[in-house]
Amino acid sequence: MAGTLQFDLVSPERRLASVVASEVQIPGADGDLTAMEGHAPTITTLRPGILRALAADGAKAFVVTGGFAEITAAGVSVLAERAIPVEEVTAALLDALVADVTAAAAIGGNKDVAEKTAADLAAMRAATGH
Amino acid sequence: MPSLKDLKNKIASVKNTRKITKAMQMVSAAKLRRAQDAAEAARPYAERMTAVMGGLAASVGQSASAPRLLAGTGSDKVQLLVVMTSERGLCGGFNSTIVRLARAKANELIASGKTVKILTVGKKGREQLRRDFAANMVGHVDLSEVKRVGYANAQAIAQDVLGRFEAGEFDVATIFYNRFQSVISQIPTELQVIPAKFEGGAANALYDYEPSEEAILADLLPRGVATQIFTALLENGASEQGARMSAMDNATRNAGDMITKYTTIYNRSRQAAITKELIEIISGAEAL
Repeated sequence: MAGTLQFDLVSPERRLASVVASEVQIPGADGDLTAMEGHAPTITTLRPGILRALAADGAKAFVVTGGFAEITAAGVSVLAERAIPVEEVTAALLDALVADVTAAAAIGGNKDVAEKTAADLAAMRAATGH
Repeated sequence: MPSLKDLKNKIASVKNTRKITKAMQMVSAAKLRRAQDAAEAARPYAERMTAVMGGLAASVGQSASAPRLLAGTGSDKVQLLVVMTSERGLCGGFNSTIVRLARAKANELIASGKTVKILTVGKKGREQLRRDFAANMVGHVDLSEVKRVGYANAQAIAQDVLGRFEAGEFDVATIFYNRFQSVISQIPTELQVIPAKFEGGAANALYDYEPSEEAILADLLPRGVATQIFTALLENGASEQGARMSAMDNATRNAGDMITKYTTIYNRSRQAAITKELIEIISGAEAL
């Protein structure tokens, strides 16, 4: 097995995961990226998508809605606004997320951004099978 | 001199009060533990957030293209004070200390010719501030229905504040809350959130930024405001329970003292009444 890195996932309310992983797939704003040991230090914002971490005891996947990830040579810390383990995601929850985005766009948010977010959410819906 | 019956009633009533304050103290103790856990759990996020934003702000902050949330509007004419207090009373000086700090700040700003706007979170602060600053109140956030403060509540407040900022309603925003130190000590604190201030954030040139530094900063700053508000709400929650706990502890002790005092008076008057009756009987018998 290749080298490992420390993976931390924190939401504003609590720490969701803190494991040693071999690789972490991050849905970055400009495209997905995979962080492994020795990755160049990077800070990227997240788009709504699925965050996967390959740990020794199996893969963990989380649905994240936004936030940012800080990658250093030693580890990855993801600060997600909302993060939900994939197993707990339901169609109703996704509907609620879409409704949030639509509401935010209606208030006067950037329409392009809102549409992109909606598209991201649709892709996420397809990926999680709801 | 109150009658024996009055005293008895008084003692019974103080005993009931003591039961209530004792129960409230225990409820607060349990809630305090939960509030402290929540504050503890939120710390890693807030710390990381501040660290990253501090680094970004240090490298982008000086440039002319810096976002307004960081650089400010270039003026400090209109000040927004966000005063966070509790929804319920019976927590000692908890609300008064925050309000006192906010009031001092507001008076100072008004004296120096600035416009003050006040947004209150929590009913108690609004009641106290309305007396002096009724004309300055611009809004109120009601959290009385909220059992457990979540990030969503903080986000809603942040959106309200940011919306007002976008609309040009104010230049500088400061939040007031009680920082939790211990059960007996909570420190009223003021914290400027807009424009954002970071202490000692060293520019971190080591990172690659994706997308650009500016874009990340623009995305992060509103989140930073929400995070700061969330932290303040949690600290406030823990402080409120701590303050209530010690206030109720004091009340319980006072009630205990009062019961002892009244019981002594009660016993003494009972004794006096008995003695008086005896004297009457004896002197009556002697007269025969």
